[in-house]
Amino acid sequence: MSKFQPLAAYDAASDGQYQLLPLKFTALDRNRYVVTNMVGEYAVLARETVHALARHTLRPSDPHYSELKAKHFLRDADSDVAVDLLALKSCTRYQRLADFTALHIFVVSLRCEHSCPYCQVSRQSDDRLAFDMSKETATRALELAFRSPSPVLKIEFQGGEPLLNFPLIKFIVEKALEKNHEIQRDLQFVITTNLALLTDEVLEFCKAHGVLLSTSLDGPADLHNANRPRPGRDSYERAVAGIKRAREVLGHDGVSALMTTTRASLGRVRNIVDEYIAQGFNNVFFRSLSPYGFAVKTKTYAAYDTSEWLNFYFEGLRYIIELNKNGRPFVESYAAMILTKMLTPFDTGYVDLMSPAGVGIAAVVYNYDGDVYVSDESRMLAEMGDKTFCMGNVHERTYEELFGSDTLLTPLEESFAGSVPMCNDCAFEPYCGADPVYHYATQGDFVGRKPLSGFCEKNMAIFRGLIGMMEEDPETKRLFRRWAAR
Amino acid sequence: MLTLNSRNVVLEGLAKGQRSMVLRLRQGGPEPLSLEQNEALFMQSGAAVGPGQTVLALERNANAAAHASGRIIVPDEFDYLGDGDVLAVELERPAVRVLYRRNSRHNSFLLTERCNHYCLMCSQPPKDINDDWIVDELFQAIPLISPETRSLGFTGGEPTLLGERFLRLVSVMREHLPATALHILSNGRRFVDPQFARAYAAIGHPDAMLGIPIYSASSQTHDHIVQADGAFDETVRGILNLKTCGQKVEIRVVVHQLNYAHLPVLAEFITRNLTFVDHVALMGLEMTGFAKANMDALWIDPVDYRQQLYEAAAVLQDFGLPTSIYNHQLCTIDRRIWPLAAKSISDWKNEYRLECLDCGVRERCGGFFATGRSRLSRHIRPMREN
Ligand code: SF4
Ligand code: SF4
Repeated sequence: MSKFQPLAAYDAASDGQYQLLPLKFTALDRNRYVVTNMVGEYAVLARETVHALARHTLRPSDPHYSELKAKHFLRDADSDVAVDLLALKSCTRYQRLADFTALHIFVVSLRCEHSCPYCQVSRQSDDRLAFDMSKETATRALELAFRSPSPVLKIEFQGGEPLLNFPLIKFIVEKALEKNHEIQRDLQFVITTNLALLTDEVLEFCKAHGVLLSTSLDGPADLHNANRPRPGRDSYERAVAGIKRAREVLGHDGVSALMTTTRASLGRVRNIVDEYIAQGFNNVFFRSLSPYGFAVKTKTYAAYDTSEWLNFYFEGLRYIIELNKNGRPFVESYAAMILTKMLTPFDTGYVDLMSPAGVGIAAVVYNYDGDVYVSDESRMLAEMGDKTFCMGNVHERTYEELFGSDTLLTPLEESFAGSVPMCNDCAFEPYCGADPVYHYATQGDFVGRKPLSGFCEKNMAIFRGLIGMMEEDPETKRLFRRWAAR
Repeated sequence: MLTLNSRNVVLEGLAKGQRSMVLRLRQGGPEPLSLEQNEALFMQSGAAVGPGQTVLALERNANAAAHASGRIIVPDEFDYLGDGDVLAVELERPAVRVLYRRNSRHNSFLLTERCNHYCLMCSQPPKDINDDWIVDELFQAIPLISPETRSLGFTGGEPTLLGERFLRLVSVMREHLPATALHILSNGRRFVDPQFARAYAAIGHPDAMLGIPIYSASSQTHDHIVQADGAFDETVRGILNLKTCGQKVEIRVVVHQLNYAHLPVLAEFITRNLTFVDHVALMGLEMTGFAKANMDALWIDPVDYRQQLYEAAAVLQDFGLPTSIYNHQLCTIDRRIWPLAAKSISDWKNEYRLECLDCGVRERCGGFFATGRSRLSRHIRPMREN
């Protein structure tokens, strides 16, 4: 008789009994299912395995048993640490909720010298009084921003073209830094600008106060200039020259870029990626047009549908993966954010992919006239005459009144994906978001019917696509893990 | 392989009345040295001995030591000894045990032979005996150790079974050797008691790391391997408590037949649930102690788990967890994870094979345990750097 005991002696669950922990499953393709647990860990399983799992007939000897136990899809009598770990992971995932609003967007001017057809809000006007934010409004908005308990406060200047009201930006930055002396938050500033009006004065100020720049780059010159008309037809040239100058002063990472996909972009995704690489960027964020404002009016948005956009997206993603395999590190940021949710215990805090929705509680917009909106998209809706998502005006409401308003709380509560038809059964829900503004804009209520939702169609395709690609190719999986962990 | 212990010693003129004494060696020279109370002269020919001094001499130098007042004569294999080394001399047996070598990077102290695990592959089979004298001796030895020592290890047995005395030892380390990194091998179960975890953290050692084994993400398998029911849950909770108190934790995984298949699952479990640990070590099996007795159940040629080891290491590395591979010959593992492989087998056990003579990567290869001769990978072959 050996002094060592066999496995059975340490297995309190040798009767094969187990309990299911909260899980959901959705078909990946004809034969396989994606199963996720409550914190977004996933497994891809054959249909029979899912059946066996759900019917409590999966044998401990089945190779999937230990995997499903380790990933907290099931627990057996041998161990009860799974529940503690799930609790810990849930805390990690929802940590940002307690921090509350981190991103505070200041629309310092609605005026712009560009006339982009898809732009939802800007005005060609010299009327400063009508379309610029005043110092009084800025001061009040800043007070509200500092009421947020978030340890990180990111103040983003938008427009229009915010540089048209640069004196106010200076005023806000200096005032915020002064306030921060006692309050000591991690304070960050970003100006979202087309760079056409970049001056040395602006750059010196940014450098001295740690302000970053975020600009638009839609692709090569012809595409960018077609998307972004301005007098002189030189938007691209000005953007590229601006990026270069900004880097000289602020350092290479002092300026980032965002692209917008228009009808003209479709079929040119490789050119777009190549352009980003040529300009020295390590990532691109493929964004579709949002169905708001002038974009809907001018039918630019309707100029392509979700499936066309998805073709564009996946062609771009495959191209980027090829580049990486050939030794050129480059990231697609939307995929990277989703992968972080899929593969790590952390959440990215990206407003569109949050549930409870990120509107108001992750990001908030102070419009030029002092109106406070739950998101950038919702102020665009307001420009079309629908102020459903206006929480009130900075001069009329207190912090408590604004952030405790039904205008904010009702859409948050109603759209919560965990209790919304279809989402509540969807395996991708831990990666997805609620986006009440989108669904209101397209379907007239905060929830929307997901089978008709472009948001759902787009995201579900991307979730499936990313998981499918990882299953197909181990090298892609490694690349994606590195993106997720960035 | 160095000889660290010997009963083949002659003791003369040493004070009696105690079981043992702990001494620090000083290298003798032509001028007599003044020695402290716990010091002995390491006798080289021509060295001057002061009055009343104790010397330690190799057999071949015994004559030169003849006129010293206290004499410890040890076999010639101890010629590696040098200035600053610390040893215990057992007066009654008699015997000599080398506790610390100043020139070695691999000094470690066994704190106790008692353990609440009974691991199938234990290289230091536990004994249920009262061995409190070991720690008594360490309390004497630690103050004699050079404060420039880069790192020291505590092993067992299970050091935390000593409870209060374990904590005191860590405090003494912090007091005497604040610049020395301390690496403690523990199964972590004792830290399931948050108070114990807090008491450990309260010592405030500036650079202590607990190396804690998790062999499988499946509780059954882990408990079977360590032969202790409920161990998995306690170890995991212990790690959570330690990290809550901001303590450094390393996870150590010995790979063998009972756990290699699910190694990638374990790696994912770590990145998902214990993502805050400071280091993960994936280790080869040392064919010694219980591992020999359980050889058939445990042995698997590393080449046969090459894929799983690669997968697991890749997962950990991709998520940015500092990861090392210990005790593996480079020719048996996937070349993509070579950068993680450390030359890890303690120097006194490290040996190479004939095949290694032509090998282009021998300098950074893990080599073999001298004790592991009984089982060798069938894939030992010279490799090239590229
Ligand atoms: S919106 Fe669609 S993809 Fe997202 S959770 Fe709901 S059903 Fe799933
Ligand atoms: S041949 Fe020897 S030195 Fe070379 S990799 Fe193999 S074990 Fe290491």
